[in-house]
Amino acid sequence: MTEVKETPLKKVMIIVAKASIEDVYAGLIMANGAVMEGIEAKLFFTFFGLDAITKKQMNKLHTGVVGNPGMRMPGGLPFPTLLGVIPGVEAGVSAMMKKQMDDLDVPPVDEFLDMIAAGGGEVYACKMAADMFKLTMDDFSEHVKAIITVGDLYAMSGGEGSQIIFT
Amino acid sequence: MAEKTLAGKTVEVTEEGYLVNPEDWSQEIAADLAKENGIELTDKHYEVLEYLRKESAAGSALSIRKVGKSGITDIKGLYQLFPGGPLKYSSKFAGIPKPASCV
Repeated sequence: MTEVKETPLKKVMIIVAKASIEDVYAGLIMANGAVMEGIEAKLFFTFFGLDAITKKQMNKLHTGVVGNPGMRMPGGLPFPTLLGVIPGVEAGVSAMMKKQMDDLDVPPVDEFLDMIAAGGGEVYACKMAADMFKLTMDDFSEHVKAIITVGDLYAMSGGEGSQIIFT
Repeated sequence: MAEKTLAGKTVEVTEEGYLVNPEDWSQEIAADLAKENGIELTDKHYEVLEYLRKESAAGSALSIRKVGKSGITDIKGLYQLFPGGPLKYSSKFAGIPKPASCV
């Protein structure tokens, strides 16, 4: 007989690599949800995900309206891809998504990072992506603790009950 | 459902230890519940609990963001008051249902 031992989740490392509203919020909601449950959370932003911690971009995220099969018109009809190419449509849809989230008490990105940091969550930027996009600590939110390598990320991912989540 | 004796009174609680009937609540019951989590309630704690009870009775959806904007404490303060569960523990001690919120 093998004994089944349940190990409670103690730490999550959440990697965000994309800049669309839904990709960034998936990571933020999971990190905030973790600290609210007393689980240690560290967020690692890389590639286009860096937009979420770049002061100039963080509150201007968009959701893709072209080639997004999940996108629907209000009322449920499919959202025609051709409509998405009209200037202003993506901005309009993105503004609507943000409004709907705000109604559910989901804050804008800067405030969300404040909330996660208030709960002890940590935020890091990927060194390679920061170099590639020519971004430095000056460009990032005050909550970014450091620009780290993937090796540093793995070094802080150890321990029983730790999980790495790539959103 | 289970029964539990808190502050000398037998009350119905859920499997997770939340009061089934918010009207069973008293400050003494809150203190007993908090003790189980190793928390000694202060006036500031009670201010948060009263706020949550008021909002819950009014049917509002609760979130730490909302408590953080209540003027009682900010989110950092809320984490310090209720370590490891700013919303779930505060709701438990406030005698209201476990919040079904992701924020």
